[in-house]
Amino acid sequence: MMTIVYAVVLLGGLGLIFGAVLSFASKKFHVEVDERVEQVRACVAGANCGACGYPGCDGFAQAVVDGKAPINGCSPAGAKGAREIGKIMGQEAEVSEKLVARVLCQGEKGIAKDRYLYDGYKSCASAAGLAGGPKDCRFACIGLGDCQDKCAFDAITMKNGIAVIDPDKCTSCGACVKACPRSVIKLMPLSQKVIVRCRNSDVARVAKASCMDACIGCGRCKKTCQHDAIVVENGYARILPEKCTGCGECAAVCPCNCITVE
Amino acid sequence: MNEIVNILLFMVSCILTNNFIFSRFLGCCPFLGVSNKVGTSVSMGLAVTFVMTIASFFCYMIYHWLLVPLGITFMNTIAFILVIAALVQFVEMFLKKSSPTLYSALGIYLPLITTNCAVLGVATLNVNSGYNMLYSVLNGTFSALGFTLAIVLMAGVRERLENADIPACMKGFPITLVSAGLMAVAFMGFSGLV
Repeated sequence: MMTIVYAVVLLGGLGLIFGAVLSFASKKFHVEVDERVEQVRACVAGANCGACGYPGCDGFAQAVVDGKAPINGCSPAGAKGAREIGKIMGQEAEVSEKLVARVLCQGEKGIAKDRYLYDGYKSCASAAGLAGGPKDCRFACIGLGDCQDKCAFDAITMKNGIAVIDPDKCTSCGACVKACPRSVIKLMPLSQKVIVRCRNSDVARVAKASCMDACIGCGRCKKTCQHDAIVVENGYARILPEKCTGCGECAAVCPCNCITVE
Repeated sequence: MNEIVNILLFMVSCILTNNFIFSRFLGCCPFLGVSNKVGTSVSMGLAVTFVMTIASFFCYMIYHWLLVPLGITFMNTIAFILVIAALVQFVEMFLKKSSPTLYSALGIYLPLITTNCAVLGVATLNVNSGYNMLYSVLNGTFSALGFTLAIVLMAGVRERLENADIPACMKGFPITLVSAGLMAVAFMGFSGLV
């Protein structure tokens, strides 16, 4: 019986003593923290995604208060976050246009040809390292979800062998862009509704043989476009967002279905 | 004179032969987690050395002066955890005040020293091996220096690996584990030295 009493008293006593010492030490070693750091920290997205280039959201908040980071440096927090941070810091936020990550590939199962059946570790990076990847097209989305793993906002789902990004959830932090071993994902302005969903730069014959929806660089979209908003470079078409009006005529004439209109 | 020789032998044994990471497999989490840069790993090693030395000292006192007389030595693990947790907290406050650079360099790993099994391991080993106070403290210091040696060597290896041409599937963590294994094999060469 006494053993239990001793144990309880001893451990309780030790705990009390340590607690007293620590609370004394926390007063003694108290460090003044600029209260704006806390306030800025509350305005950012808080996913520690690292898109700003600082070590986590705490590092970014500190850098903003120190004047090293721009107040609109947190792309996930967007224009709203930048305005709030601007209020704390007493600056006007320059609002940049909202971007969104887009997957530039439509090579679903059955549309893009498989080169071999990959049955290894479920990571695009390792699949891409094995004989150039399981899909015949060397520009295609591999579809094993490296971007999905990196997305801190749950915006990416894998459908039928390719990644699909929900523009409403995407905060354009760019984590998926870095994660993709094929550079299939690009950040584009949200206002751009017409997108060429392919970046295969092989010659038309090879491109068409590897994927039914491959851009062959024929240029019909360019001829159709009345606003000069399409360029064909490196064997595939690209839309210039500043000129595109979103009419969608190019999508109608594309023989390969690689232009989508939202 | 004899005592000095004994202590020197004890030092070699703690640092090389019974290296905490490579032969006792204690403290592997920070060993893999903080060994990216030599600078950071040195500071991590020094922080661990500091905590382990003081922890050995306090744990010895708590064990031999409180737990043994009261006959409740079975409470040693929980008492040691209490001591270590309080110490780490104290070190964290102290570093935050005195060296913010070191504090931010150690980052999340400083509070993680609390759960670093090497610290609890050294306290338990001291008790089980029946060391006196001097040897307990020496064991804490030297073992932690062995830990520092291992983590700094590992950081050096990993800095080289950054520039090495490694197959894509082996990049990052896999090659780190392979290097750690090879280093452990190398350290096996020290067995039988003391």
